[in-house]
Amino acid sequence: MATTLVGTVWCVFRRDLLIAARKPADVATPLVFFAIVVSLFPLGVGPEPAVLRTLAPGVLWVAALLATLLSLSRLFAADYADGTLEQLALSPQPLSALVLAKVAAHWVTTGLPLLLLSPLLAIQLYLPSEALGTLLLALALGTPVLSLIGSVGAGLTLGLRGDGVLLSLLVLPLYTPILIFGAGAVTASATGLDPEAYFSLLGAFLLVALGFAPWAAAAALRISMD
Amino acid sequence: MNWSEFFAMGNYALYVWGSYGAAALVLIFNMLAACRRMRSVRRELQSLTRLNRAESE
Amino acid sequence: MFFHKYASPKIFYGFAGKLIPWFAGVTSILLAIGLYQGLFVAPPDYQQGESVRIMFIHVPAAWLSMFAYMVLASAGAIGLIWNMRLAEMAATAAAPIGASFTLLALVTGSLWGKPMWGTWWAWDARLTSELLLFFLYIGFMALQAAIDDPKRAARAGALLALVGVVNIPVIHFSVQWWNTLHQPASLSTINKIGAPAIHPSLLIPLLIMALAFTLFFVTLLLVRLRAEILHRERYTGWVTELVKP
Repeated sequence: MATTLVGTVWCVFRRDLLIAARKPADVATPLVFFAIVVSLFPLGVGPEPAVLRTLAPGVLWVAALLATLLSLSRLFAADYADGTLEQLALSPQPLSALVLAKVAAHWVTTGLPLLLLSPLLAIQLYLPSEALGTLLLALALGTPVLSLIGSVGAGLTLGLRGDGVLLSLLVLPLYTPILIFGAGAVTASATGLDPEAYFSLLGAFLLVALGFAPWAAAAALRISMD
Repeated sequence: MNWSEFFAMGNYALYVWGSYGAAALVLIFNMLAACRRMRSVRRELQSLTRLNRAESE
Repeated sequence: MFFHKYASPKIFYGFAGKLIPWFAGVTSILLAIGLYQGLFVAPPDYQQGESVRIMFIHVPAAWLSMFAYMVLASAGAIGLIWNMRLAEMAATAAAPIGASFTLLALVTGSLWGKPMWGTWWAWDARLTSELLLFFLYIGFMALQAAIDDPKRAARAGALLALVGVVNIPVIHFSVQWWNTLHQPASLSTINKIGAPAIHPSLLIPLLIMALAFTLFFVTLLLVRLRAEILHRERYTGWVTELVKP
């Protein structure tokens, strides 16, 4: 029975996954966007391997950022529109826990696929194979943070017109540290240096985000729904 | 006081006067914008008063 | 305590009205002194020549951009926690002023950089952080503009500002780190320019201009705050009384 905290959290998590499974387009679109954006760069800067290899970490991360942003609007929108969000807010369980469940489901349907596709796109950009492992780990640590921080922005812009551009404006400056250290890790690996320090920092960001973001997002949702 | 030297700012005239000019612009813009905001709020209030008066008549 | 009454928009409106001429006067005097000191009294720098005078604009502008954001975030927090309307209005009023000073810091940073580094823009740690701060201001103003309900706009803005304030040290640290890693050797001297002990002949104009800018900010904040008070309280009795011709 979904009356315990864990039970309710699991219930919300499963529900969001089920909803995503019934609309595969919602999952596929950011993924295709990711691939397209990465392909745009060789078209823009030329196909020279040396240039692309240097740009690869940054390009992959920026594309991942943008793809995550695209998918953020569907985090709360549908539930807000049909009243489910209000029900969640009224439930005896802390809203922050339920938000965490939704964000976790969001990551499974957005960040995780990005992660899995990234090696393919990295090869397209001539990223050295030694760096692929770092890329995967960095994205694994970073994309949840993107979803977490993004959830705060999504909560603040709930129901506003404007198609998510405002959301991007709010959230992108906050993404810059993840971008800097995520891309930095991959670059370090690609040039033969040890990325351990980067992983520590990314891990720290993840822990802090896990602690604060669901609470801030819940506060944002309450502000938006009052 | 050698004025031509002063205005030349040791060949850095563009940058120094550009900066001080930008500062002047920002200060003036802030003052104008704040006054403009006050004026538009007052205008809004005036039209509200007119509406209220029309309603109560 | 005696100052609790100033939390009332009506009382603060009158109080601010009396303060503004005084602040404006002191600001003007300080600006005049600062400009005189900066342009005439301060000597040209050994390395940078006359272009060091840009520092008397750029550094106070950058300090003010940070100060204004702190005021914005604090006012937002007070409004959020204690449900104080006046604090909410103060946050909204502070934003455009702070954003304009951030822009000034960026422009003067660029103008200072051209003679020093040879390029109109360089991704050095402080300029990049300043640029991101500018985006944080714009985000705050855009969010408030997009929300019709003033209560929701105020509270959402306050939450965003608080998230921003928490992130500013993180962003600053990240950018600093990123910059030292990617910096070509020629630029490494720049980050040292701000660091060495500054001579009193340069410090005094700097501090006077910083104080002048701060008082300018306070003056304009009071002006904008009065406008914001009239706007938010437009349906109350005292405001309708005020506007009657």
